[in-house]
Amino acid sequence: MTDIPSQTEAALAAIAASATLDALEAQRLETLGKKGWVSLALKTLGGMNPEERTAAAPAIQSARAAIAEALDAKKAALEAAALEEQLARETIDLTLPAQAAPKGSVHPVSQVMDELAEIFADLGFAVATGPEIEDDWHNFTALNMDETHPARAMHDTFYFPDKTAEGKDVLLRTHTSPVQIRSMLDQGAPIRIIAPGRVYRSDSDATHTPMFHQVEGLVIDKDIHLGHLKWTLETFFKAFFEREDIVLRLRPSYFPFTEPSVEVDVGYSNEGGRRVVGGHGDAPGHAWMEIGGSGMVNARVLEFAGLDPAEWQGFAFGLGIDRIAMLKYGMNDLRAFFDGDPRWLAHYGFSPFDQPTLSAGVGARA
Amino acid sequence: MKFSLTWLKDYLETTASVAEICDGLNAIGLEVEGVEDPAEKLAGFRIAHVLTAARHPDADKLQVLTVDTGDGNPLQVVCGAPNARAGMKGVLGLPGAVVPANGMVLKKSAIRGVESNGMMCSTRELELGDDHDGIIELPADAPVGVSFADYHGADPVIEVAVTPNRPDCMGVYGIARDLAAKGLGTLKPIAKPAFTAAGACPVEIRTDDAEGCPAFYGRVVTGVTNGPSPEWLQARLKSAGQRPISLLVDLTNYLMLGFGRPAHAYDLAKLSGAVVARRAKDGEEVLALNEKTYTLDAEMMVIADDNGVHDIAGIMGGEHSGVSETTTDVLLEIAYFDPARIGATGRKLGLSSDARTRFERGVDPEFLDQGLDLLTGLIVELAGGTPSEVVRAGSPPSTAKVITFDPGLTTRLGGVGVPEAEQKRILESLGFNVSSDGQVTSPLRRHDIEGPADLVEEVVRIHGLDKVASVALPRTEGVARPTATPQQKLERGLRRAAAASGLNEAITWSFLPEWAADHFANGNDRPWVLANPISEDMKAMRPSLLPGLLMAAKRNADRGAAASRLFEIGRRYFRAADGLSDEKPTLGIVLAGEKTPRGWQSGKTKPFDAYDAKALALQLLEAAGAPVANLMVMGEAGPQFHPGQSATLRLGPKTVLARFGMVHPATLKTFDVDGPIAAVELFLDAIPAKKGAAFARPGFTPPALQAVTRDFAFLVPATLAAGDLVRAVQGADKAAITGVRVFDVFAGQGVPEGHKSVAVEVTLQPGETSFKDADLKAIAERVVAAATKLGAELRG
Repeated sequence: MTDIPSQTEAALAAIAASATLDALEAQRLETLGKKGWVSLALKTLGGMNPEERTAAAPAIQSARAAIAEALDAKKAALEAAALEEQLARETIDLTLPAQAAPKGSVHPVSQVMDELAEIFADLGFAVATGPEIEDDWHNFTALNMDETHPARAMHDTFYFPDKTAEGKDVLLRTHTSPVQIRSMLDQGAPIRIIAPGRVYRSDSDATHTPMFHQVEGLVIDKDIHLGHLKWTLETFFKAFFEREDIVLRLRPSYFPFTEPSVEVDVGYSNEGGRRVVGGHGDAPGHAWMEIGGSGMVNARVLEFAGLDPAEWQGFAFGLGIDRIAMLKYGMNDLRAFFDGDPRWLAHYGFSPFDQPTLSAGVGARA
Repeated sequence: MKFSLTWLKDYLETTASVAEICDGLNAIGLEVEGVEDPAEKLAGFRIAHVLTAARHPDADKLQVLTVDTGDGNPLQVVCGAPNARAGMKGVLGLPGAVVPANGMVLKKSAIRGVESNGMMCSTRELELGDDHDGIIELPADAPVGVSFADYHGADPVIEVAVTPNRPDCMGVYGIARDLAAKGLGTLKPIAKPAFTAAGACPVEIRTDDAEGCPAFYGRVVTGVTNGPSPEWLQARLKSAGQRPISLLVDLTNYLMLGFGRPAHAYDLAKLSGAVVARRAKDGEEVLALNEKTYTLDAEMMVIADDNGVHDIAGIMGGEHSGVSETTTDVLLEIAYFDPARIGATGRKLGLSSDARTRFERGVDPEFLDQGLDLLTGLIVELAGGTPSEVVRAGSPPSTAKVITFDPGLTTRLGGVGVPEAEQKRILESLGFNVSSDGQVTSPLRRHDIEGPADLVEEVVRIHGLDKVASVALPRTEGVARPTATPQQKLERGLRRAAAASGLNEAITWSFLPEWAADHFANGNDRPWVLANPISEDMKAMRPSLLPGLLMAAKRNADRGAAASRLFEIGRRYFRAADGLSDEKPTLGIVLAGEKTPRGWQSGKTKPFDAYDAKALALQLLEAAGAPVANLMVMGEAGPQFHPGQSATLRLGPKTVLARFGMVHPATLKTFDVDGPIAAVELFLDAIPAKKGAAFARPGFTPPALQAVTRDFAFLVPATLAAGDLVRAVQGADKAAITGVRVFDVFAGQGVPEGHKSVAVEVTLQPGETSFKDADLKAIAERVVAAATKLGAELRG
C-alpha cells in the first residue's frame, strides 16, 4: 500500500488538471470507481481489526471526501465552462426583425355602431333591424308619404323593376325609418329602439355616396314629449363625444313622419382645420352644424303602425353614422369608407380590443 | 327662396336688423341658407371724380388719371378704359378692396412704371352687370367720396329653404306673415289696387275637368304696352334670382315670388275661341316656354283653345301664346289645380318649374280674386290698358279644416308650457281662427295642417323651440338591461375575432356591376337589379360578399399593396319565396397577395393557401359558437372556387356553415386580379344558436391520469380523404380516444403508386384506472381494424 496522502495529492492534482469531462470521469474511475484505489482502500478496512481500522480509516475517509469534493467542484466548473461556451456559440443578432403577426382592424362605422348600441342600451334602447330591399309602403306610405307626396321625389330613390305580391314598388330603403314601422308592428308599444344600418340614395358627389349609414331612434310611450327628445339627443352626444359642453339647437323643420318636426344642430368650433363638436354655436369662433332630423312621431304614422295615437305618443330621430364617425374620429373623405384600402383601414380602424364599454368610455382615443 | 330685404320690407314694417331677421327665420323653421350683403362685397369702393386724364407715357391703351375721392388729396390711378376722361364720375376701388368678380385684392402698384393707387371699375368687375366695355359712369350729381354701396342702395339678399309643407311661404308675403307672428314687425295689409273694370271678359273661360282644375278665373286687359320693367321691379326679381324679361312676364313672376301665386298672361291675339282647362289627349304635343316639345297624355291637365294646347296646366306656359314685346291685349289666367295631378304630371314629364313647385304643394285657394286684382292693378299702372271684368269658371276648395284643440297638448306633446292667450295670439297671427270653445279653423292656404299636433308645432315654433327644456327619459330601476339579440352578439363577436386574426374590416358597396353579381349568383337565383342605377358599376345587389372584396383586393394590388387581408360582415341579397327580399347575414374574407413577405428567416414570399382559409373559417366558426368538432368537410364550394382546393364546412350534409378555398383562376381572370387568392364565406344565418342559457358550465375536473399517445402509420389509397381516416380512427374507441392528429402525409419513394402514407397520433385518455398493456393492444387493434375498412394498411 502506498502512501495515501501523496496518492491523494496526486489525484487532486490530476483532477485539477482535467480539461474535459471525459478526463475527469477517468479520474473518478481511477479513484472512486469500483476498482479505484480509494474504493479498494475502503474495502481493506473491512478486513482490519478495530484498532487497525481506527488508525487507518481517517486517512482513507478524508482522502475520499477530498477527492469527491474536488471531482464535484471540477465537474461543476467544467460544465459551467461548457455551457458558457455553448451559449457564446448560440448568440444571435436580435436586431434582426422578428416575424410580425398581421394586425387587424375594425371599421370605424362598425365601431361607432357598437358605441351607439352601448350608449343607447344604457338608456333602455334595443337595437332593431329591417330589410334594406324594402317596399314603398314601409319606406314611404306608412311614414305618411303617399304616392303623390313631394317629399318622395326628394329622396332620390333607387327602385327595382320588381313588384311585391300586392303590387307595391320594391326599392332600396332611403332611410332607416321603415324599421320604426316594422318594430312597432312587431312589438307594439311601449318601445325604445335604435336601428342602425345601410341606406341608399341615388346621389354621388364629394360628400355623398349612394350608400351610407344611418341610425334611427324611436321612443313610444304614454307621456313622451319634445323635452325628452332633446334630453335624449343631448345625453347621447355627451356620451358619444365624451364632453359635457355639447349644446344642441332645435329648429322647426318638416318631415312627413313627425309632427312637430325638429332639425337638430350642434355647436362646434374649428380647431386646426377640423370641426370640433362642443360649445354654443353662437359663441365667438363657433357655429352650428346640422346633425340630424327628429320630431314627435306623426299620429298617422302611429296609425299605420297599428298604434292608437290617442293612447301612445313619442319621438323619432335619425342621424348619419358616417357623419358622426367623421366628426369624432377625424376622417374627411366619405368615399374612403367604402374603398377597402388596408392603409386607410389600419389608420382609421380600431383594435379588436377597443370594444366600447361605458366604464372605459365608449370612444377609443388615437 | 331668395328675396331682398327691401322686398321683405314692402310687406313687413320692421326695424329689425338683417341678423335679427335671419335668427328669427331660423327659429321659426325657415332655414336661412345664405345672406348676401352687397355692402360687404362693395366695401372699399367709393365714388370718385376724375380730375385729369393723360396718356400713359409707356402704353398706348392706358391713361393716367388723377381722381378726387373727396378728401382733397387726389390720387393717381392708371386706367385702361376707353371711356375714362376728365370730368366724369365713376367708382374707385381703393387699395385693400376686393374685386367682387374675381376676388383680386387691390393694392398700390406700378403699372408700366407709373404709380397707381387703385382701380376704376366696370359694372362687371363689381358684379352689377355684364358691361365691361368701360368703367362705370355715374351721374354728375353723384356725391364724391361716398361709399358706392350706400349710393347704389346695396340691398341684402336672404335665401331661405322653404320646407315642402309650407307653400304659403313660397312668396315673400308669407314669410313676412311668419316673421310678424314671431314678433319681428307688423305685417302690412295688401293694398287694394285701384282700377276700374270695364265690361265683361270677351273670352269664354271653361274648366272641363272640375277635379283637375276646380277653378279657372280670367280677365282680359286690352291696350297694354309691354316693354322693360321699371327699376324697382327688376331689382326685386333679380334679388330672387330671376332674369327680368318684359313687364308683363315680370309682373306674373312678381305675383308668384311676392305672394306665392303663379299666374299666366296669354297674348290674346294668339288665342282662338274658348280657353278651356281640360285633360290632354293622349299624344297631344305642346312646345313649352323652355323651347322643348312635350308629349302629353290623358292624365295631364292643359289649358287649350280651338287651336290646341297652350299651356301645361300649372307647370309651364306654351311658346306659341306667350306675350311678346308687341303684345297689346292679354288674357290673364289664375287657376287652382289639383296638387296631386300637377305633381304626377311634372314627374312624368320630368319638368320642374317655379309654378309646379307651388301648385303641387298647394297654393292659397282664397287668393284667386285678390291675386288677379293685384296683377291687373299693376298691369294697368305700369303697362296701361283697360281691364275687363273677371270671368270665373268653377270655384276653389273652400272647406276650412276645423280642429278641436286643447292648449294643454302644447305641454304634453311639445314639452313647453305656453299661456293659452299667447297660443291664441300666435295662431291668430298666422291666420287661424280660434273660437272660445277650443275650435281652431285653419286658413285654407295651410294645406299642411291636419290635426292638433300641427297646431302644437305652430305654437311651439313661433314661441321658440329653444324654450323647450330637456327632460330625462324615465329609466328602469337598476343597471340597464342587456338588449342585444343573439344575432347581434354573434356579429359583434365575429367582427372582433376576425380583426384579432389579423384581418382588416372593410365595407364595400352592396351593389355590384351586373356581371360580377351574375358571376357569383350560381345560376339558381336571379340577383336584384336596380331599375335606375347610379352607374353600371352599382347595379345589382350582391349575392356574395366575395366580389366586392375581390374588387377591393384588385384596387389595392393596383396601388402596389403587397397584401390584402380583408373581411366584411354584411348582407347578401336573395329573393324569398314570396318574391320579397331575403337578406342573409354573411362574413366574407379575401386573402390576397403575400401571406409572408420574403424574409431572412422564412425565405421566399409565401402566398396564401387553402389551409389559411380553412384555419380562419374554423377559428371564426368556433368564435361564433358553432360545434366545429362535428363539422364535415365537403365539396361544392361553388364554381367561383378552385374545384380541387375548396370545400364547404357542413353541420350535417345539408347545412352549409361556410365555404372556403382558393378562388378559381377563371374568377380571378373575370375580376382581372392576380392570384392566388384565398377566400372564405361564413353563412351566419346557418350557424345554430348557442345552446344552454345558463351561465354555469357543465361540471369538469381534469382527468387525474395522464393521457398516452400512440402513433399509427397507414398506407392508404391516394384518393382517401385524410379526414375520413381520422374520423374512422376516432370512432374506433369513442371512450378512450380523445384526439387524432395527422402528423405526416407522404407519397413517393417507398410508397406504392396510387397510395400515400398517412401517420396519425392518437391520444388515449384513461379513466379511473391506467391502461394496461392488454387494453392498449386491444385499442390499437380496433384502430387498425377501423382503418382497414377504408382500405388502409398498417405500415410495418
